[in-house]
Amino acid sequence: MSNARAPEQRGLAARWMILGEWRAHPMRVITAAAAIAVGVALGLAVHLVNASALSEFSKAVSAVNGEAELQVRSTTARGFAEGLYPELARKAEVAAVSPVVELEAGTERPGETLTVLGLDVLRAAYVTPSLIGRPLAAEGDDARGPTMEAAFDERAVFLSPAALQGRAIGQEIELSAGGRRAAFRIAGVLPGVGDERRLAVLDIAAAQWRLGTLGRLQRLDLKLVKGTDVAQVADQLRAALPNDAQLVSQESEARRSDSLSRAYRVNLDMLALMALLTGGFLVYSAQSLSVARRRPQFALLRVLGVRRRVLLAQVMAEGVGVGLAGGIVGIGLGFALADGALTLLGGDLGGGYFGASKPQLVLAPGPALLFLALGLATAVVGSLAPAREAARAQPAVALKNAGDAVDPRATPAIWPSVLLLAAGTAAAFGPAIGGVPLLGYAAMALLLAGGVAAMPRLARVLLSGLKDRWFASIAPDLAIKRLWGAPTQAAVALCGVVASTSLMVAMAVMVSSFRGSVEDWLAQVLPADLYLRIEAAGTGGGFDPDEQARLAATPGVARMAFMRTTTLRMSADAPPLALIARPEGGLDAGAPPMIGRTAEAPAGTIPIYVSEPAAWLYGWKVGQRIDLPIGGAQPQGFFVTGIWRDYARQHGAVTLESHDYTALTGDRSRSEASITLAPGADHRAVAEAIEANVPSRLAGRVTVAEPRVIRDMALRLFDRSFAVTYGLEAIAIVVGLAGVAATISAQTLARTKEFGMLRHLGVTRRQIVAMLATEGALLGAVGGLAGIGLGLIMSQVLIHVVNPQSFHWTMETRLPWGLLACVGLALVLSAAGTALLAGRRAVSADAVRSVREDW
Amino acid sequence: MRRWMLAFLALLVGWTVPAQAQAPRYPLVLPGVALRFPADHGAHPDFRTEWWYVTGWLRTEDAKDLGFQVTFFRSRPPAASDNPSAFAPRQVLFAHAAISDPMVGKLMHGQRIARAGFGLAQAAVGDADLVIDDWRLRRGADGRFTTKVAGEGFDLDLAFTPTQPVLLQGESGFSRKGPLATQASYYYSLPQLKVAGTVQRGGKAVKVAGTAWLDREWSSTLLDPAAVGWDWVGLNLDDGGALMAFQVRDASGKALWAGGSLRGPDGRAVRFGPSQVRFTSQRNWRSRRTGAVYPVERTVTVQAPGGARRWSLKPLFDDQELDSRASGGPVYWEGAVRSEGGRGYLELTGYASPMKL
Repeated sequence: MSNARAPEQRGLAARWMILGEWRAHPMRVITAAAAIAVGVALGLAVHLVNASALSEFSKAVSAVNGEAELQVRSTTARGFAEGLYPELARKAEVAAVSPVVELEAGTERPGETLTVLGLDVLRAAYVTPSLIGRPLAAEGDDARGPTMEAAFDERAVFLSPAALQGRAIGQEIELSAGGRRAAFRIAGVLPGVGDERRLAVLDIAAAQWRLGTLGRLQRLDLKLVKGTDVAQVADQLRAALPNDAQLVSQESEARRSDSLSRAYRVNLDMLALMALLTGGFLVYSAQSLSVARRRPQFALLRVLGVRRRVLLAQVMAEGVGVGLAGGIVGIGLGFALADGALTLLGGDLGGGYFGASKPQLVLAPGPALLFLALGLATAVVGSLAPAREAARAQPAVALKNAGDAVDPRATPAIWPSVLLLAAGTAAAFGPAIGGVPLLGYAAMALLLAGGVAAMPRLARVLLSGLKDRWFASIAPDLAIKRLWGAPTQAAVALCGVVASTSLMVAMAVMVSSFRGSVEDWLAQVLPADLYLRIEAAGTGGGFDPDEQARLAATPGVARMAFMRTTTLRMSADAPPLALIARPEGGLDAGAPPMIGRTAEAPAGTIPIYVSEPAAWLYGWKVGQRIDLPIGGAQPQGFFVTGIWRDYARQHGAVTLESHDYTALTGDRSRSEASITLAPGADHRAVAEAIEANVPSRLAGRVTVAEPRVIRDMALRLFDRSFAVTYGLEAIAIVVGLAGVAATISAQTLARTKEFGMLRHLGVTRRQIVAMLATEGALLGAVGGLAGIGLGLIMSQVLIHVVNPQSFHWTMETRLPWGLLACVGLALVLSAAGTALLAGRRAVSADAVRSVREDW
Repeated sequence: MRRWMLAFLALLVGWTVPAQAQAPRYPLVLPGVALRFPADHGAHPDFRTEWWYVTGWLRTEDAKDLGFQVTFFRSRPPAASDNPSAFAPRQVLFAHAAISDPMVGKLMHGQRIARAGFGLAQAAVGDADLVIDDWRLRRGADGRFTTKVAGEGFDLDLAFTPTQPVLLQGESGFSRKGPLATQASYYYSLPQLKVAGTVQRGGKAVKVAGTAWLDREWSSTLLDPAAVGWDWVGLNLDDGGALMAFQVRDASGKALWAGGSLRGPDGRAVRFGPSQVRFTSQRNWRSRRTGAVYPVERTVTVQAPGGARRWSLKPLFDDQELDSRASGGPVYWEGAVRSEGGRGYLELTGYASPMKL
């Protein structure tokens, strides 16, 4: 061997050894790579879907907004008084103002909603020309610039391409908003509006009159004089705005759409990273076993003069190979997954944040590379410890020894685990960072690492009760002694199992707690016999007082309490609050579930109840006086009399009494009602009678439902928004079980020599297989117990830290006993089963040969 | 004068609305209605359309000639408006202004348009007071008209002082515009207005003085269907007299209708019927922008009691064409012209393509 050729040959040898190892144990490599792939794929998919949804959302926002530099928006859907329009138009820095009526409207198609903009084309032409419609007849020779024919026609409406689908120019379209319904003629398209946005533009006077928003505007689009300092003008304008209007810029809109789903998004991202972490543990366990099995091989190499560094490099190279393979597969998978998710679930992954739009997948090479690097790093970190161990091997000891290099009598160290667990616990008490519970996730990762690090010790503790027991059969005895005697190997086998099981359990417990709390809450908030609501009643309108009286007089109705739900924009860059006008009688009529104490409002203030998320988001406390942007006049003194639990509105809700709402806003209409039946009245008959009693202009837009139906629908929505979480859970289970199977079968196959020895000692094949099955079952049981225990601890972090910090609501822990039992059982069975299968193969070889095989 | 804006506004406010929209009953223009002032300086909101049209020549401090034009239009859309909304388009206001500077070689112009309401846009009744955002034309208690308008790159701030009484056109202000008796408008002019004020261009303000002409018309009827365009001229004569002449052309270029008036320095005015006014072309100018050919040098001949009188009109410069197609309007020529013994404005429409109605 000439010195010059040595490196090349060493490289060759390394390649042989890696490939040989992989060929011999493909399952192990594949599971490890698969775990990485799953982590990378999930992370990338969640990221892509969100990026696509956000870009879609911001496109949609700018489509509705046109190109206005600044906007004034109303804090409530009812809008501000239109007198603000001339006031701002007269300001010297404002070049042009386009007044806008903006409302959500239903159409004659069930379930369809359009954003309706009432514009003054003459004003919009200067500020937001992309929102001006073009009659289709004007296409051709005469299509030069904005033809304004039919611009003032109060029956004409222009639709965006998406809204026009399935309709034709000249056809009628019915728009209903705030309980009003009016027919319009489709006069043309909005060529300046993107493909996705469902938009209808009509004359502002027609919108005010025919859709019931007389005297009110929802928006003013501003164009500033060239060269003015936008920030300075913004400050000046802000000072001139009434209480129920606020200044909005493109940036604050972007922030608002981002904050809309940020917590949900970050949660999914974090869960994906957790999957990657599990992958890291699986890589670690696979590599450790592989190294342990090849210890004699490495020792031989060392004896032959290969340096430690080279051995280290070889094992690391294996890790890189696994990471790269997994990462590349994961990226492909991630794109496919994202595409599928966008098609099936929409841009919010079923979370319900972005409405019904189906965004295009945004292909992003940057994030793809980032996640590939993350996968690679995970695999490398997972290989680090085994590689160091391989390099450290004492050739003389390792050559002879196939088992643990550790003395079985020594107790495995516990302090690293204790440190990690302590750090995790400390992190769990940290605050949210930028509205995202980053420390909570760090706590989970630390707890996971601590739990896994505790495994050798924990396995001993759990097995110590069994160790000295005498068994009638030889198989369990052998199995226990073996696990006791080789704690490191057991721990290595367990760490992947524990990691995936604990994550899965944590998520399952959190979801079940959440679902249980929501179920209880639904029962509490739906105490009446029937509920009635108007669909898409967002802006103005609803039942006027006469209609309310007529509805309440329906035979069979004992009491009908009317409510109104609108939105309230607290600040320009946060999603709006829900503003709910509750019937008189306050909390006694269908009391919402209160949290903590309540207080009496002092005279001169308006009592309100705020929902838990609202209290959390705005820092409101019971007994506090606050300002709310309701009513155009001076800010009113509002008094927080209580905080109620609400799972329905993540961005918060404020409840005030019906008469206060009417006094503040002048809005006497109501859009919802809870109905108490007279004794003996039949639910269905009364529901039908009420529906028949609905004013004709609202016919078809009012639903009367029993609480049972609403509850089922709410839970269906809940399950839909957790569909992705369930999916992640299922994947975690599969990866975890695959990890168990791969680890155990690898360990079993590695022990052929041991089995030969046992056979020589007179142990039958049957007994060996039984021993392996018992070992597997014990391993599964220990892993399951540890995983479930760790999972329960981590679930508390999810429930008490991550959820309140992301979604601003609390819940009570509910344990999914059935699921936990199933997980434990599945672990025990799959571990025993794989051991059994692998064992059969291992002992089928001739006993004599298997002893001889090694030497 | 009956101008292109009529066509544009007709298009704009959708006079071809669906039949079910109740057309409001516009008042008819009838002969024998005495005009009253200052009330008739103000708006007549019931009529379909109306305008205040000021044209004239200015001389800057450094003795440079400029032409200018400021016009406010009022239009009443036909919608059946019992819509109580403050945005209901009961009246639509439009204003247009341009200056002709030979140094620039083409028109500089600007416009404002808005539906009346909120005090941002209005045409007051009772006396002239027109507002569209920052543009304004009004008559003060002293009888002086003032205007403030701002176009792309120029501002006008002018005051017009009447030096002569109102000149009623047609039969005491009833002016026929076509072969049918219903094709008519109420029409009066205020020639020989003394102008003083400032013109601002590129941030530099220049004091100006000059002579202007105010045309006021309101009507409810449209042009004859056979009409494709019209020519109009108003001259402030150096001797203190005033000439107005117009013709409505058909597709062959023949006059469908014509009319005019001549007021002498003594204040005595003569009215001309269709047979007493004749326009002839001396020189054509072809626009490279639109390809349209305009008779920018013309001769106007009227049959005055003392015999035929003739004026040769020469433009301040050729390219006083206005191409408003980008904002949905028509192409026309409207510019400062001079003649022997007078200066004024000439309007030529329907030369690029027929004015559609």
